Amino acid sequence: MSAVTDTHAHDDHHHGPAKGITRWLLTTNHKDIGSMYLIFSFTMFLLGGAMAMVIRAELFQPGLQIVEPEFFNQMTTMHGLIMVFGAVMPAFVGLANWMLPLMVGAPDMALPRMNNWSFWLLPCAFLILVSTLFMQGGAPNFGWTFYAPLSTTYGPPSTTFFIFAVHIMGISSIMGAINVIATILNMRAPGMTLMKMPLFVWTWLITAFLLIAVMPVLAGVVTMMLMDINFGTSFFDASGGGDPVLFQHVFWFFGHPEVYIMILPAFGAVSHIIPAFSRKPLFGYASMVYAVGAIALLSFVVWAHHMFTVGIPIAGQLFFMYATMLIAVPTGVKVFNWVATMFRGSLTFEAPMLFAVAFVILFTIGGFSGLMLAIAPADFQYHDTYFVVAHFHYVLVPGAIFGIFASAYFWLPKWTGHMYDETLAKTHFWLSFVGMNLAFFPMHFLGLAGMPRRIPDYALQFADFNMVSSVGAFMFGATQILFLVIVVKCVRGGEKASAKPWDGAEGLEWTVPSPAPYHTFATPPEVK
Amino acid sequence: MAENQTYYVPEQSKWPIVATVGLGVMLFGLSSIMVNGKQGAETTGSWITFWIGSAIMVYMLFGWFGNVIKESRSGLYSAQMDRSFRWGMTWFIFSEVMFFAAFFGALFYARMFAIPWLGGEGDKGSTNMLWEGFQATWPLLNTPDPEAYPAPEGIIGPWGLPLINTILLVTSSFTVTVAHHALKENHRGKVKLWLGTTIALALVFVFVQGYEYAHAYQDLNLTLQSGIYGSTFFMLTGFHGAHVILGTLMLTIMLIRINKGHFTAENHFGFEASAWYWHFVDVVWLGLFVFVYVL
Amino acid sequence: MRVQARRAGALLGGLMLPAVSLADWTLNMSPGVTSSSNEIFSLHMTILWICVAIGVVVFGVMFWSIFAHRKSDDRKPANFHENTLVEILWTVIPLVILVVMAIPATATLVDMYDTSEAEIDIKVTGYQWRWKYDYIDQEFGYFSNISTSDDEIYNRTEKSEHYLLDVDNPMVIPTNTRVRLLLTANDVIHSWWVPEFGVKKDAIPGFINEVWTQVDEPGIYRGQCTELCGVKHGFMPVVVKAVPREEYDAWVNEQTAAAEAERELTQKDWTMAELMERGEKAYATACAACHQPDGTGAPPAFPALKGSQMALEDMEGHIDIVVNGSAGTAMQAFGNQLSEVDLAAVITYERNAWGNNTGEMVTPKQIFDYKNQE
Repeated sequence: MSAVTDTHAHDDHHHGPAKGITRWLLTTNHKDIGSMYLIFSFTMFLLGGAMAMVIRAELFQPGLQIVEPEFFNQMTTMHGLIMVFGAVMPAFVGLANWMLPLMVGAPDMALPRMNNWSFWLLPCAFLILVSTLFMQGGAPNFGWTFYAPLSTTYGPPSTTFFIFAVHIMGISSIMGAINVIATILNMRAPGMTLMKMPLFVWTWLITAFLLIAVMPVLAGVVTMMLMDINFGTSFFDASGGGDPVLFQHVFWFFGHPEVYIMILPAFGAVSHIIPAFSRKPLFGYASMVYAVGAIALLSFVVWAHHMFTVGIPIAGQLFFMYATMLIAVPTGVKVFNWVATMFRGSLTFEAPMLFAVAFVILFTIGGFSGLMLAIAPADFQYHDTYFVVAHFHYVLVPGAIFGIFASAYFWLPKWTGHMYDETLAKTHFWLSFVGMNLAFFPMHFLGLAGMPRRIPDYALQFADFNMVSSVGAFMFGATQILFLVIVVKCVRGGEKASAKPWDGAEGLEWTVPSPAPYHTFATPPEVK
Repeated sequence: MAENQTYYVPEQSKWPIVATVGLGVMLFGLSSIMVNGKQGAETTGSWITFWIGSAIMVYMLFGWFGNVIKESRSGLYSAQMDRSFRWGMTWFIFSEVMFFAAFFGALFYARMFAIPWLGGEGDKGSTNMLWEGFQATWPLLNTPDPEAYPAPEGIIGPWGLPLINTILLVTSSFTVTVAHHALKENHRGKVKLWLGTTIALALVFVFVQGYEYAHAYQDLNLTLQSGIYGSTFFMLTGFHGAHVILGTLMLTIMLIRINKGHFTAENHFGFEASAWYWHFVDVVWLGLFVFVYVL
Repeated sequence: MRVQARRAGALLGGLMLPAVSLADWTLNMSPGVTSSSNEIFSLHMTILWICVAIGVVVFGVMFWSIFAHRKSDDRKPANFHENTLVEILWTVIPLVILVVMAIPATATLVDMYDTSEAEIDIKVTGYQWRWKYDYIDQEFGYFSNISTSDDEIYNRTEKSEHYLLDVDNPMVIPTNTRVRLLLTANDVIHSWWVPEFGVKKDAIPGFINEVWTQVDEPGIYRGQCTELCGVKHGFMPVVVKAVPREEYDAWVNEQTAAAEAERELTQKDWTMAELMERGEKAYATACAACHQPDGTGAPPAFPALKGSQMALEDMEGHIDIVVNGSAGTAMQAFGNQLSEVDLAAVITYERNAWGNNTGEMVTPKQIFDYKNQE
């Protein structure tokens, strides 16, 4: 037995990547799969971004100019779905694929073939989803939250395709998450106890748990939709004894943990980047771990704060309000820890650090508006206005997406073996930073002044801030092309990166050469 | 942790991409069948697409699992690999539990909130003015709008066929455990006997469930379309039934592999995974029996 | 409390932008005109200031580190990474702040949930895409449609002052009176919102949500539907006119009389030309949104009426689908939405417009008989 495996391990050392397209189609290599996830995610980011540009162009002025309301609704729906399921989630899975085995000292992910399947299901799902744009009756037009009965009885025919696309995404996510958990629990290098794991590994462990817990619930709710649409059940129809609000309960039971799925890995990455560029160990490692755990657990009991206006009995209203407010405590602990890490450090501001610092500040602003939204009576005024749009874009754009950019710049030297162009990267940061704030900050004012979300046209008093917001959005959107240029440039060449290009960085990933060889840690390292 | 050094990382494999194409084609076909069918359009092409996708899936399942079995039997897998499989199966079953949780949630919500409100009780009781004459009962033998959703004339009581089914499934959980112990002691004949018994019990269960469905549809007008009672009843028992069939298939394949002389007393995770899955199916049934039939 | 709130609002505005004097650069929530909206506003300001204070402290420390602890200034990093006391403090203090926030929030919520003892009940029903207000004690009700013209929306003419926020028939309520709203919907979920009242509640098909309000200042208050409800979600404003009690009573009498007159119209003998004229108007408000003004529809969800088999031949089926709707599709039952006269007029119009020249006429009496035979 040992003879067979030894030969194999020996083989691996000499095998580089295969040539041509089959390298990507048939690969079992976590680095290849990670790269594919990241490329896919960026493609979807541009596609979803293009849709956002259509939305902002229509909202540039009051009146209908560019698109009809019907198409506008398809754009808001597809923008949300593509950004959530196509851009943010796959980007983090890509980072996980690349970095988890390197960080825990494993030769690859635990189940490499399933890993490849998880990836390839995504293009398949999005092919189906995007194809609905060209179907009779148009693409889904009921918002990314697809509330019944707008999405069932009143939905376009393409809804059925949308449902199966969601099923495929779900299968992909669940398998990806199983792989992550198996890798972390089973493939750590000898000596790496749980409380010695890097935080990115910790946050991904908890994220994977959330994914496995809630993606099946999403599958359940879309299955109920499917049955209501095609087989005459009455889950969401009062005339048969169902309730449209049941949809919202099940959906948000998935949906709230889902928003933490999109932010927890960013917490992890930032917890590496801030210490690295502060040249000082992370403050409060243990409390960071416990805080993430607490956030994850609380995320299961707060779902109805998305539904304060549906008429929940007051006891429920109070419970969900208190539980939601509680989330501020562990989240606060994390922010305080990051600030304490920077305190009395020796700081430099390369691109990863710039994005990470902006992450902490702007995510906290999103957290503040989240706290305001948690107050049920106040939420009656904020709910479904642009204040909510501002809130979740503040946690997702400078939260999740800045977290991804920070990670990308941080680990690009490891992936490509070259340093990226620092000047361009800083330009990318500052343009994104200004554009993003210009686009989303005025949305707070619009919401407070009374502008509902998901409308293609608005009353005249909202005109000025909408114009500002559109200008900011165009700026932010155009800037992302620069990111593509920076990455392509970095892949093609540039200053050679050493094994550890950041002097403050720590972790096993910096012990292998840059670029990381095709196979790493065939023999696990010893962690003390 | 010496076994870390021999973790098996497979070479390139065609199965993931085959599985992607198969699943995509199959589900695209299925969606087209439903969409075209609902509009009264031609569905032949959609059916062909669906069957092509399904055929690719079957080919993939045999190929991929065959590949894994071959690798396992040629001794490529270490104890650490075995643990990866165990974690994988554990979390997969957990995800299945959560899938059922969504439907149980729907059932509880309908019973505890929606139906009482529609019938004029509780916080949103004024709703009843929209549904004059509707009274909240469970089982729901009158729907708020009987024209849209004609109510069932009766329901399946728990103490007849469902009780028999409960006994069948609980017994099968025991027999599969007996088979497992026999395998650990390397008594192959005993394994075959008890695994065969398990499969037989499973088949009887499926048959009884089918009989019950026919009765519900033909005699009781209890259908998917008969309001929330029918919806939750058939979705819960239906998905459970589908899982029973899948579990039976898994056990059958294990029986075939036992007959071929696969597995050793120490190393038989394929068998264990199927047994775990079978216990999971059994536990879900107990939940169903209590919440769908008895209460 | 209200003065306080206003002062706080002014302070915030003054801090953030000097341009606050321009009406179009509204920065903050309106304190509104009801006790609920005032309580919400003061809650909102309280939380906002707490957040600002926390932000100033946290970001203050952070920016100080950014400016003072730079490597370029040859700073040597410290090496501390734990401090139990500090960590306990910054867990407990936020907890205390949260409790402080939760107390007024709970009180406000309890107050808002008390829907007992209202003098007037109005049933509010959301339709795609308009509101219906039924004064259930007085037995009359009417639709409230957007009155902004397509020309304004498509920029062919100047936009009016209340662009997108004007309706043909506003909801009317008396001042100084507790009004209970019973919210429901006919098709999809809508949400009824008037910011100045601090009232936002979802209108859910098949269920009723209750909410109350009491307005003391007469005036016209505007809001919008706030739950995505389809194509024209952005075009179903809410307008409420609060008037003194005497004016309200007079208005109610007028409405009751008008409702009676409408019922009498059913018995009148109608000519083709009269029905066509009335039908065109009714079609424009009730049908054109889906089936398009020229009857071409938007297949497959909204079939064309022009040249359709049903509109040309099957009169019985035509009446049935308009009155009872079609289950499982977007076609609503208009039997309770339109009067017999309007139903007859619309069906007549659909059978004779856009080249559908059947020459057939459907009378209000026919519709009345059809509805009562069931």
